[in-house]
Amino acid sequence: MNAHLPAIQVVLPLLAAPVCVLLQNRKVVGVWATLVAWASFAIAITMLVHTMEHGTISYALGGWESPLGIELRVDVANAFLATIVTGIASMVLPYGPGSATLAIPEDKQYLFYTAFLLCMTGLLGMSVTGDAFNVFVFVEITSLSSYTLIALGKGRRALTAAFSYLVMGTIGGTFILLAIGLCYQMTGTLNMADMALRLQPVMGTRTVLVAFGFFVVGASIKLAVFPLHQWMPNAYTHAPSVVSAFLSATATKVSYFVLVRVVFTIFGAAYVFGTVHFEWLLMPLSIAAMFVGSIAAMYQTHIKRLLAYSSMAQIGYMTLGLSMNSVEGLTGGLVHLFNHGLMKGGLFLVVANITFRLNSSKIEDMAGLARKMPWTSLAFAIGGLSLIGVPGTAGFISKWYLVQGALVKGQVWLALLILMSSLLAVGYVWKVIEVMLLKPPTDRVENTKPAPLSMIWPVWVMIGSTVVFGLWTTWTGTVAEVAAETLMGLR
Amino acid sequence: MNAVAGLWVYAVVIVLMMIGLYTVISRDNLVKKIMGLNIFQVSVIMFYVALGKVDGGTAPIFKATHGEHLDTEVVFSNPLPHVLMLTAIVVGIATTALGLALVVRIQEAYGTVEEDELVRIDQEGGA
Repeated sequence: MNAHLPAIQVVLPLLAAPVCVLLQNRKVVGVWATLVAWASFAIAITMLVHTMEHGTISYALGGWESPLGIELRVDVANAFLATIVTGIASMVLPYGPGSATLAIPEDKQYLFYTAFLLCMTGLLGMSVTGDAFNVFVFVEITSLSSYTLIALGKGRRALTAAFSYLVMGTIGGTFILLAIGLCYQMTGTLNMADMALRLQPVMGTRTVLVAFGFFVVGASIKLAVFPLHQWMPNAYTHAPSVVSAFLSATATKVSYFVLVRVVFTIFGAAYVFGTVHFEWLLMPLSIAAMFVGSIAAMYQTHIKRLLAYSSMAQIGYMTLGLSMNSVEGLTGGLVHLFNHGLMKGGLFLVVANITFRLNSSKIEDMAGLARKMPWTSLAFAIGGLSLIGVPGTAGFISKWYLVQGALVKGQVWLALLILMSSLLAVGYVWKVIEVMLLKPPTDRVENTKPAPLSMIWPVWVMIGSTVVFGLWTTWTGTVAEVAAETLMGLR
Repeated sequence: MNAVAGLWVYAVVIVLMMIGLYTVISRDNLVKKIMGLNIFQVSVIMFYVALGKVDGGTAPIFKATHGEHLDTEVVFSNPLPHVLMLTAIVVGIATTALGLALVVRIQEAYGTVEEDELVRIDQEGGA
């Protein structure tokens, strides 16, 4: 049974998606999608436990052995990622009247769940596949469904946001396709592990360099690395809040993983960091993202846009971890991938609660909200502290690993930059908390009541787990370290 | 001479790709942007098709020969990149369809599909 799990992981949500169309009834579809997400979560956990104990699971699709057939390959890193994706989905899907934030009539809302499950299929596919062309196909499944999900937001600006994401995303996807083509031209194989072996003799050629360039740019567009982030603030601001929560917590994370795979699995650290010196490009860009993102977040008046710019800064920390080319750095990147998924997912759900009651996402409209919606506001405060990296929250742990990675290399200045940019996060988090806590309530706030329980508990599961994983770090630390070592080929 | 003659396909691909990218970047009309995106995707499809071509190669179909041995002298083109492109074409169609659907919705909501006007309307109208 365990041997078939990688295939079931992808096929389950894929088959469940059209079933939503058949069921039609909004409530039934909601329960169905939630059950599917929970089942996928259980599968991912099983795979993670299995890979931690017994090592990599390799699955030949249709019985065709690799490198001829398509191989699904699950090691600790893949299983870790699948766990994050399904875990976030299991919290976002049951989220109360999450569909209330959608701009479509109730009798059409089953289509939201269909697109959501397809998006999850794509993300899981990217996580488990060992085949380069398969990555492209799953990237496109994810992208197409996320354009649809973003366009479901209220207000017409969701449409233009989705359109510009579509243009950027398609260019990124096509770059990845071109890169795969160039690699295939040089190696004659599409299996990633096989490709890595066969690339070795031709590493010096310009074709390989060009392929690497296209791969990196394509994945970076999807990941929203600093100068390629233009699509992200608009997309996250105008998408329905539940969609922002899901995409910010998973889609960019999986793209990060694709980039890591490209760097370590296909081209290898010796080529990427030794010959091309990718860190000379990635490290300054990551640092720029950390500062530009945090500073831009401070000047935002809409809370969702503030969180989107904060995401850009947090992605900077993850790519910084990658650019360090060390086990500590990559561990930091992967731990942050997990922790940031939890806290940003949780924060966007908090915002969903607030906009559901207030019907506004302007920060100035939230004056005195702490009195009317205490639990929601407290969740925001804890999530915000975690973004800053206060000890006792998950954000502290990832920054701890990153600072450690910088110090191991003797780069004290880098550690200082990480700490300085964390201080900037205080600026934008405090800006919101100050309004919520200290300003006198406006009329709009006076007339609100707390969010219903069905909207509170998923928020608290996510925010609560940032505290849990901030205090109990053995699990995330160990898994991420094993994953980092696996990715770097040390195990 | 042969090197140049063998590489002209790539030149075509690059030219097509740049035409597509330039259209996406320079045109304000959203429909034209989608068309540019299409040209851009087609250039990559052409690249893959060119990859699979082997000089003097024929379609990769084994001829049924009655009782005789299979003719091992025949050179076949590589079918794999061509098959991959079936998927890429489907992806391209899906992207175009979704993009045009969004354009229709944008036309309904804003009354225009010119990007500069959309930006102006958004700035004037606030949210």
